[in-house]
Amino acid sequence: MTPTLFLAWSITAAQVMLGGAMGCAAYRLLFGPRAQDRVLGLDTFYVNAMLMLLTFGVQTGRTLYFEASLAIALLGFAGTVALSKFLMRGEVIE
Amino acid sequence: MTSPEGLLLAMLILPFLGSLTAAFLKPAARTPAWALTWAATLIALGIAAYLYPAVEGRAVLRNEIEWLPSLGLNFLLRLDGLSWIFSILVLGIGALVTLYARYYMSPEDPVPRFFAYLMAFMGSMLGLVLSGNLIQLAFFWELTSLFSFLLIGYWHHNQSARDAARMALIATAAGGLCLLLGVLLIGKIVGSYDLDRVLASGDLIQSSDLYLPALILILLGAFTKSAQFPFHFWLPHAMAAPTPVSAYLHSATMVKAGVFVLIRLWPVLAGTDAWYFIVSTTGLLTLLIGAWAAIFQQDLKGLLAYSTISHLGLITLLLGLGSPLAAVAAIFHAVNHATFKASLFMAAGIIDHETGTRDLRSLSGLYRFMPITATLAMVAAAAMAGVPLLNGFLSKEMFLSASLAEHSGTIIDQALPALATLASAFAVLYSLRFIHQTFFGPAPQGLPRIPGEAPHWMRVPIEILVVACLLVGILPAMTIGPYLATAVHSVLGDATPAYSLAVWHGFNPPLFMSIAALGLGTGAYLLFRKTLNRQDGAPLIRRLKGRKIFEASLAAIVDTARALERLLGTRRLQPQLRLLVVVALLAGLLPFTRLGYGLGDHQGTVVDPGFAVVWMIGGACAIGAAWLAKYHRLAALILTGGAGLVCCITFLWLSAPDLALTQLLVETVTTVLLLLGLRWLPIRAEEVWPGGRAASVTLRRAIDLTIAVAAGLGMTLIAYAVMTRPLPGSVSRFFVERAYPEGGGTNVVNVILVDFRAFDTLGEVTVLAIVALTVFALLRRFRPAQESVGAPAQQRVQNAIDEAREGRQVGDTLKDYLLIPRVIMEWLFPVIMVFAIYLWIRGHDMPGGGFAAGITLSIALIVLYMASGTRRVEARLRVQPARWIGFGLLLALLTGMGAWLFGHPFLTSYFGYLDLPIVGKVPAASALLFDLGVFLIVVGATALILIAIAHQSIRRPSASILRQQALEQGEG
Repeated sequence: MTPTLFLAWSITAAQVMLGGAMGCAAYRLLFGPRAQDRVLGLDTFYVNAMLMLLTFGVQTGRTLYFEASLAIALLGFAGTVALSKFLMRGEVIE
Repeated sequence: MTSPEGLLLAMLILPFLGSLTAAFLKPAARTPAWALTWAATLIALGIAAYLYPAVEGRAVLRNEIEWLPSLGLNFLLRLDGLSWIFSILVLGIGALVTLYARYYMSPEDPVPRFFAYLMAFMGSMLGLVLSGNLIQLAFFWELTSLFSFLLIGYWHHNQSARDAARMALIATAAGGLCLLLGVLLIGKIVGSYDLDRVLASGDLIQSSDLYLPALILILLGAFTKSAQFPFHFWLPHAMAAPTPVSAYLHSATMVKAGVFVLIRLWPVLAGTDAWYFIVSTTGLLTLLIGAWAAIFQQDLKGLLAYSTISHLGLITLLLGLGSPLAAVAAIFHAVNHATFKASLFMAAGIIDHETGTRDLRSLSGLYRFMPITATLAMVAAAAMAGVPLLNGFLSKEMFLSASLAEHSGTIIDQALPALATLASAFAVLYSLRFIHQTFFGPAPQGLPRIPGEAPHWMRVPIEILVVACLLVGILPAMTIGPYLATAVHSVLGDATPAYSLAVWHGFNPPLFMSIAALGLGTGAYLLFRKTLNRQDGAPLIRRLKGRKIFEASLAAIVDTARALERLLGTRRLQPQLRLLVVVALLAGLLPFTRLGYGLGDHQGTVVDPGFAVVWMIGGACAIGAAWLAKYHRLAALILTGGAGLVCCITFLWLSAPDLALTQLLVETVTTVLLLLGLRWLPIRAEEVWPGGRAASVTLRRAIDLTIAVAAGLGMTLIAYAVMTRPLPGSVSRFFVERAYPEGGGTNVVNVILVDFRAFDTLGEVTVLAIVALTVFALLRRFRPAQESVGAPAQQRVQNAIDEAREGRQVGDTLKDYLLIPRVIMEWLFPVIMVFAIYLWIRGHDMPGGGFAAGITLSIALIVLYMASGTRRVEARLRVQPARWIGFGLLLALLTGMGAWLFGHPFLTSYFGYLDLPIVGKVPAASALLFDLGVFLIVVGATALILIAIAHQSIRRPSASILRQQALEQGEG
């Protein structure tokens, strides 16, 4: 097994697993049951999507995907924080 | 500016400049406002007088400034004999009215506003008479209507003034629209709006099929403005304006605008049967009806208003006759009427000022109190009546001889001499009544004030005008003669007839007609003097109430609009949306019913399993969000977040990194915005449909679902059909090819935004700024629902726990929970800020740009607010979104204007490379500065809206709400 082939296989395996994780997160996102579960589902979904984009970046070698991942990593949490704050305190900004 | 062309422009600009300056004076600055107006008017008048040699002998002075050269439209000032004499009229009477108004306006009135309007009107009227192209003429025409509206409504606390102003505006502005259409037709026939070219194409216009519609439209404009029957109704009501306004606008200048246009276009429009019948019939009817109605007026200004209508009718009639001699008479009478009518209005104003009433029945014997004013008024009224040795006599004489001449041989023509004599008799009658009733007879009883002579300077304008009446009346050839000849030649050219301005023409038929009219009028007055005072409104035509018709048609329009609103409009969002979607659906369906649906021959791409899974998840999220939207708002919001992320991934996948980045950022901001709003929505009712859901509701939902599915499917099918076809040649190739060579950037999207389409972007960000400010203003007055005023349940519980435990303060729970997240988020703030700046700087070449950067920075701010709370953030950081917006707009504008310095058009961008130490060579474009403006506006707008909503929760409920709550608790 050459290193290239190994890398290709690893990436595919990562993508399949990340896809599975996204599916699981989506299940929580869709069916709850509690609002907290959905928020957590969304956050996991974001994280998995970011990682998925990273694998694409490795696969294709385009920096574009890395930048998008960076943006999600840096800012994706803001939505989660807002939702959590809303659940905890009833309003986002006090 | 000292060339004649420059002076012409200066003459037009002066009044507007003065108006603008006066508008900024304090309401109490009476004398400065007056002095300003006086100076501006006198200088302009001086310029006009100085320019006279330039128009002598049929010369024309033109000043052409490029305006829309691509449309063949230039801003063109054109001074010839006719426009010169009208300019002198506008400025001369303007100066006198200004002097008069100084003493007329009461100290309580905000005088600078009055003078600002008056000067703006003067400028508009000058612009109208100096217009060298027809579009420009229509523009200034509407401007005079607008300022007339403002001046009539100057005493806006008075209901009748407001109504009269509105009526005048609707009547004259509607006429102005007709005029615009008319001149557009003329422009279509001639192929140019240039007045000189239009005037040279008389035959072309009269032989065109469009002649009649153009004529009717222009006449509608002229007749509404010059208060011709049946559009005369607005003028008597306009007397609610201050008297200087009545003297200036509604006797001397603005109402002459219609007549002016008729004179201006007389060489090209007159001479046909249609012109003769429409114009002379209207003029004749107006002349008679106006004079008849004037006889029965009890209000001084009302009498003068109807007499003005009648005199305007006379001018129109003269123009309608179509003979050059009659046209000379028309021009002459237009000037004469302005002098004697303006002085009469001013005299009426003095009487009103001194006695406190304008009712002819209460006035009597004022001669003993104000002999000078009385004498002046008598001379002016005699001019109005057409007494010899006064200017009114001369033009009336010309009118009478024109009426005797053969024109068409129709019944109008036959009856014209008799009717002209009758109308002159009416004029004698009402002039006599005006004078005799006011100044003679016993001393007045029960006047609100003891009258006296008006201040000397208030009488001076009347004196000047009356002297002018006399001079022109006695020595016409030496005074008005040459100027009138210039004006007449400029209109009629080679067709100018031989006319004589002498006072004495020997014993001829017009003289006998004049004498008959004088005798008839005097006799009738002596006979019916007492009866007239008992009349309320004119007999015979009392039913002809233009005002009623006007109001009825206005009411009909409003009712129709209301009925349409009831039929098609709804205040509920759902039916509106349903209507919109259904119409869009049908419109989308229409072409397919005729042309059928077919796919192109492109091959479909291979399905990528990963992408397919992501898409399925996104679709499920979107459907779930729609499903839960009504009763589970938060869940729906979370699901929308999921769908939005899938959208981002899709954009990225399909190589649209710009869109992906923007979508991701907007997604976050939207989530926060909606959450901020959710806080204020009412709490969900436990039982939505008590007693089970009705069948009608189920049906409605089924229908809505069908519509939604149909619309979605339709959209999908159309998109699919388009994607399977080769793209038609689009504009995108152009941009892709030119982005680097011409815009200096490799990010095509950004180059389009900040360079190729920068003007659009400037407009868009301005709108964004306006929207943000509007939202902010609306939220300042936001009153939440009663149930969401208090703190949310979670906070109450947590605060209660804090209070109950020993050694804890309220808010400790929050502090404990947020300790770690807050530290992380506060530290992240500069990081996100750097990221935002990075996005801005690289935007020209890589995904990013001002918009993305702005949203990123506002996310940073939101994160900070969420972590630390409003008070803590604002104690440490200066958050001034409104200023950022202002700076951003200024920066964008200044960058755009910077191009002017280098002689390029607005918003031309420059790019090059900067050699910085350490960093090395970096690309730099002036578009970067423009983008910084966009950046600031976007941060400011987003932050302004979000923070305004966030501030709602730290607002104290107002005292009245607290009181109400206390009351309710007391009852409970």
